[in-house]
Amino acid sequence: MIMNSGIPLEFYLVLATVMFFTGIYGFLTRRNLITMLMSVELILNSVNINFMAFNRFLFPGKLEGHFFSLFVIAVAAAEAAVAIAIIINIYRRFTTINVEDVNQMKY
Amino acid sequence: MNILSWLVIIPLLTITGILLVKDARQTKIVSAIGMGIQLIVAFVIVFMYISLRKSGNTDEMVLMSSFEWFKSLNIYYTVGVDGISVAMIALTAVVVFAGIFASWEMEDLKKEFFISLILLATGVFGFFISLDLFTMFLFYEVAVIPMYILIGIWGSGPKEYSAMKLTLMLMGGSALLMVGLFGIYFNSAPDGGELTFNILEISKITIPIEAQRWFFPFTFVGFGVLGALFPLHTWSPDGHSSAPTAVSMLHAGVLMKLGGYGAFRVAMFLMPEAASEMAWIFIILTTISVVYGAFGAIVQKDLKYINAYSSVSHCGMVLFAVLMMNRTAMTGAVIQMISHGLMTALFFALIGMIYGRTHTRMINEMGGLMKVIPFLGVAYVIAGLASLGLPGLSGFVAEMNIFFGAFEHPDTFHRVATIIAISSIVITAVYILRVVAILLLGPIRDNHYISLGDAKWYEKLSLLTLIAGIVYIGIAPLGLSNIIRESLLPIIDKIL
Amino acid sequence: MTDFGYTTWILIIPFVTFLILSLFGMKLKGLPAGLTGTVALGLVTFLSYFTAITYFTGGGISGGSFQKIVAANAVWLNLSDHLHIDMGVLLDPISVMMLVVISTVSFMVHIYSLGYMKGEKGFERYYAFLSLFTFSMMGLVVATNIFQMYIFWELVGVSSYLLIGFYYDRPSAVAASKKAFIVTRFADMGFLVGILLLSFTTKTFDFVTLTDINGPAIASKGGAVFLGMSLMTWSMIFIFMGGAGKSAMFPLHIWLPDAMEGPTPVSALIHAATMVVAGVFLVARMFPVYYFAAPEALQIIAWVGAVSSLFAAIIALTQTDIKRVLAYSTISQIGYMIFSLGVSGYGGHDGLGFMASNWHLFNHAMFKALLFLGAGSVIHAVHSNDMKDMGGLRRYMPVTNITFLIACLTIAGVPPLSGFFSKDEILTAALHHNKILFAIEYAVAGLTAFYMFRLYFSVFHGVDRHYHHTPHESPATMTVPLVILAAGSVFAGFLPFSSLVTSDGVPFESHIEWGVAIPSVAIGLLGIGLAWVMYRKETTLPDRMTSLFRHSYKWAYNKFYIDEVYIFITKKVIFRHISHPVAWFDRHIVDGTMNGIAYVTQSVSSMIKGLQSGQLQKYGYVFISGVIALVIAFIYLVK
Repeated sequence: MIMNSGIPLEFYLVLATVMFFTGIYGFLTRRNLITMLMSVELILNSVNINFMAFNRFLFPGKLEGHFFSLFVIAVAAAEAAVAIAIIINIYRRFTTINVEDVNQMKY
Repeated sequence: MNILSWLVIIPLLTITGILLVKDARQTKIVSAIGMGIQLIVAFVIVFMYISLRKSGNTDEMVLMSSFEWFKSLNIYYTVGVDGISVAMIALTAVVVFAGIFASWEMEDLKKEFFISLILLATGVFGFFISLDLFTMFLFYEVAVIPMYILIGIWGSGPKEYSAMKLTLMLMGGSALLMVGLFGIYFNSAPDGGELTFNILEISKITIPIEAQRWFFPFTFVGFGVLGALFPLHTWSPDGHSSAPTAVSMLHAGVLMKLGGYGAFRVAMFLMPEAASEMAWIFIILTTISVVYGAFGAIVQKDLKYINAYSSVSHCGMVLFAVLMMNRTAMTGAVIQMISHGLMTALFFALIGMIYGRTHTRMINEMGGLMKVIPFLGVAYVIAGLASLGLPGLSGFVAEMNIFFGAFEHPDTFHRVATIIAISSIVITAVYILRVVAILLLGPIRDNHYISLGDAKWYEKLSLLTLIAGIVYIGIAPLGLSNIIRESLLPIIDKIL
Repeated sequence: MTDFGYTTWILIIPFVTFLILSLFGMKLKGLPAGLTGTVALGLVTFLSYFTAITYFTGGGISGGSFQKIVAANAVWLNLSDHLHIDMGVLLDPISVMMLVVISTVSFMVHIYSLGYMKGEKGFERYYAFLSLFTFSMMGLVVATNIFQMYIFWELVGVSSYLLIGFYYDRPSAVAASKKAFIVTRFADMGFLVGILLLSFTTKTFDFVTLTDINGPAIASKGGAVFLGMSLMTWSMIFIFMGGAGKSAMFPLHIWLPDAMEGPTPVSALIHAATMVVAGVFLVARMFPVYYFAAPEALQIIAWVGAVSSLFAAIIALTQTDIKRVLAYSTISQIGYMIFSLGVSGYGGHDGLGFMASNWHLFNHAMFKALLFLGAGSVIHAVHSNDMKDMGGLRRYMPVTNITFLIACLTIAGVPPLSGFFSKDEILTAALHHNKILFAIEYAVAGLTAFYMFRLYFSVFHGVDRHYHHTPHESPATMTVPLVILAAGSVFAGFLPFSSLVTSDGVPFESHIEWGVAIPSVAIGLLGIGLAWVMYRKETTLPDRMTSLFRHSYKWAYNKFYIDEVYIFITKKVIFRHISHPVAWFDRHIVDGTMNGIAYVTQSVSSMIKGLQSGQLQKYGYVFISGVIALVIAFIYLVK
């Protein structure tokens, strides 16, 4: 029943970790809002991979991992839409999408 | 409905009434009627109390009633009075009544002003009738917080600064107090059983001495901030000088008394062992307060500052007496609270009225006012004489009780402290007579002052109410002092 | 014994008068107010005389001696279980005598003031205050316990304050009233401490118990010893401090000369005849306690009295303000009385000093009130207080002249006027006690005669001055009291005082000690003679004398600079070196600390508010670092 063909779990996890930290790195270092959004997507997708991988290897008969991944994708889509709307508005207001320049609400 | 609860309900109804009326005139009338009824109710309570005692009721607290409020923490709305509380209630009612008339000609935002003022009064009344520490604390906060608004909006001079300072320092006091109260609460059942906030129940047990050592200073200092304990008194000069007349009256007249009252009703009564251990520290501080306030007052130039320092001195005397822990001194403390309440309210009312005429509070800019405003002048002299402890006026009775009570301690430490405190009566005479001489006597300094008008009817009403109290206590103190003395018995029994 | 319950009216009437005049005085306007006060006081005087006659003719005698009768007593305030303050009326020889003195002088002053104060602004206020004073003074002398005395003691202090400052738009009067109040208040603090100590040792305020020579108070001898003297002695010294303040004894005398700023009748009543002898009365009242339980205190009293009498007499030689001369003379004479108590023994003829002191008090009240009222009459005529503006007035003011002369002769101790008898007894008592003190008082007798006649001659004799208008005799309301008081001064010497007022209530025989009387009359006459030579005619003799004793004259003229010392203490030390630093300390140190705390809070918050930068990525850093830190912590620490 279980398709233990080839790729072991560790590979998935390594991939997910690399993606996760790439996302974190991008999120913390990039000043461009779009890039930051992309980094967040990377983080979310690394989580998705984890979900799928664990679901597959630990509880092959169940579907919760898949459901969660789908949820995450849906939420990420919604979030991207909202975020991009905000970014567009910020761009219109400040003519920049650099986060450091958007500091009117500071303190 | 228990009659005591009316003391809280009437002000709240008055506030509702004020919300409903249209203009400033109606606001005044509603406030005056409300507080007039309150005054009557207060005296009805006094007479009910006296007749209950006459009929042989020897309960510690009478007119009690209790409602469950927050079951799981055992918080109740418990009210009840003894002789000390009824005396304080009567004082509050008189001062609030006088305060309403003293602010009869408040210019702007009259409605809001009276609402805040009466809210403050509600807190004070609630505080004096509460027997549940939590309810007491709640009312305490209700009384303190409107001060911020009242000073910040209707004050004068650096009012925002003063309001901030006063409120922050009193809040700091509240924070200490809260620690103390919770400390009492969590130690209220040392042998197991339910924790309680009820003062009477806590007084029946002995809080473990280790806990007392921790929480007595918190409670005492917490109340002490409001009672102008040195060195935590500095909100008083700034706060009083910026506050509008009625607020100064209420604040110095009754709100500061919450400190003295709480200090012995809660701190001393519930934690007597720690109190007697630590009394010496606070006796030193209060003795300093007494003399220091008086010396501070000598060189001030602003009338309100003089009075604020004088209040530090007199309220220091209250705490000093409380710490002496015997019946005579404590009777003196209570009478001093009442006496100082009436006297200082009278002072602040007069200062407000004089300021309203001359537009200055600097004594150097005034002079010879006795000629132009004799009514206010005579009232000022009476207040001054009461303040320096002239027999026949209330201050004397209080001071004599305090001094004799303090002198009952045979050791040198108490003796020296007492004699230092006694020396304040001379210093008080110096600054009072100095002010009277500069402000009222001598030739008229400024020709503008010749045309000043004397007191109006509402001002006279306000002043006479207060003077009547001062003279009554001064001439026939026996009734009041007996009520207080007998109510002090359970407290003294617990302390000794 | 007779029921003396009615004596409470002696207190009630003036008090009610005070209330009426102060509350409705404005409506009464002038003369009616004065008449109300005077009539009320007439009633009081009648009651006082009635009481005195009843008491001395048998009402107060039981078992051959005068008893202390408590005519009324009620608890006023409970201080503790055993101490309570009562209000009541105690009648004994000295209080009854004082009732007579006070009511007589007060009544005379009331009548006199109808003329003297006529047309003054605040006429009704004046009478209200006079009533208040009379009430307080009466309450003081009939006090049944030391605390009642203290209460009324304060009240006379405040009435004195109000009356000295009667002309309240005059800065000098305001300053004088303030000074009087504060100095006596300071002394009263001592009194209060004394009462505290006394009540602590004896557990009672009651005079009857305290002065009972077999009673617990005296028997206890004061218990604990503190700095070489018993607690009782200390308490009695402190109590005497109160008396010394009120009676203007050295060094607490500085307020009395200034108090002359008040209206002259007030000076006569309060600052010559009645209030200032309260200290004498106090010591007399507590005399058994002093004598048996605190002899050291009595010794101090004798010296204070002697020093004050000499000191004030020397200053009186140099003053030129007519009222100030009289004021210093008052201090000197009260010094006599205090001194006399100090050298007295107890019981029978040993208590000669006690009797003499009270007798002198009685006589002094009469002749000193007369002198002041006479001075008032002169001031009324010439509108000046300064002796340099007066002279030759005997031609214009015959009644004043004669009565003033009688008073001067009385105070100089010329027989058979009353001053002679009491002074003789005082000197006799002194001679039996201490020779040095006797010598001082003997010298004072000569000085007194000299300065009084210096005053008399320069005012009523000598040449006319430039008067604004011709001086004229005062109206009858003023001269009648003068005549009555003069009669009192003449005849008071024939009262059988030694069988009325004695230290133990038992009458004894006293007779004139000619060995003392003749020299004392001689020195009195010498003083008068000297004054005659120097001041009857305008001569250069006084100026030459002045330049001869230039330095000592300067010291005496400036009252030995005692006022300057006080000003130094109050202005320099208290104001500048205590109060200002305290005020500064409060504003800058205590308040500064509070503001400092606020400041620190604010700076800390403005420092850490940078953390809340709004930069998402910074939050991210912190968040991630936190997570990593937690993970590490969980892995390595929690196992």
